[in-house]
Amino acid sequence: MKNLNSVFAAYLIGWGVFFFFYLTIAKRTSDLRTEVDRLKNSLPRSK
Amino acid sequence: MAKRILLGAVALLFMIAAAYAAFYVAPEERTMGVLQRIFYFHASSAWAGMDAFFVCFVANLLYVWKRDQKYDWLGVSSAEVGLALITVVLITGPIWAKPAWGIWWTWDARLTSTFVLWLLYVSYLLLRSLIEEPDRRALLSALFGIFAFLDVPIVFGAIRWWRTQHPAPVIMGGPGSGLDPTMRKVFFFSVLAAHFLAAFLIVERFILEKLRSDVEVLQREAEAQ
Repeated sequence: MKNLNSVFAAYLIGWGVFFFFYLTIAKRTSDLRTEVDRLKNSLPRSK
Repeated sequence: MAKRILLGAVALLFMIAAAYAAFYVAPEERTMGVLQRIFYFHASSAWAGMDAFFVCFVANLLYVWKRDQKYDWLGVSSAEVGLALITVVLITGPIWAKPAWGIWWTWDARLTSTFVLWLLYVSYLLLRSLIEEPDRRALLSALFGIFAFLDVPIVFGAIRWWRTQHPAPVIMGGPGSGLDPTMRKVFFFSVLAAHFLAAFLIVERFILEKLRSDVEVLQREAEAQ
């Protein structure tokens, strides 16, 4: 079928962008959770 | 947590179903053939992207009015999600245009105003990264976000006000515009799926921004000791 490659490319790249964006959010969230834990442990217990 | 997983699962299922409907349920368009199936993904991403920028605009206005941090978090979250969606629009558009027009890109009103919109929200995020003081960052980016949103009605109107290379609107267009009933159903289902995806990503991004704020507060506490 003519142009089917273009249609697949559009969907694959589009889904790829969304998936990559979600991965960056998940990675940044994980890093920040680690940082929050580290900072909480570094502060005195009374906090 | 369970609600977030549920929203993510619903978004994923709807996106898969929308892709299936675009390929197997929607009838083939007479002149463009299979290439027209990009429209369901391209236009639904554009719609959800514009709505994400609208959420950003409302959050920016509310921040300027109430100075509540939550609106700043919502503003940046929806701006970033809107930018991801418009990035997909700017990629899928040229993939459709090359076989349809014979060119990847042309500087017509719709394409140019969409590219300017993308640049404006990239600038919004860059501006935030340049200001360290949280209240000043929130206020300046909210004011810039309100200004950036002015381009959204221009993008919407570009194919209605001016003659463009970009196809004329099939939704909310003039007399004679419209879609085949099955195509219309598939399109609105795709729009719904894109909105579920946008909502899920905004929620995830909002949680990230809240954590970033927590880190800033804890760092200040640690420095004060």
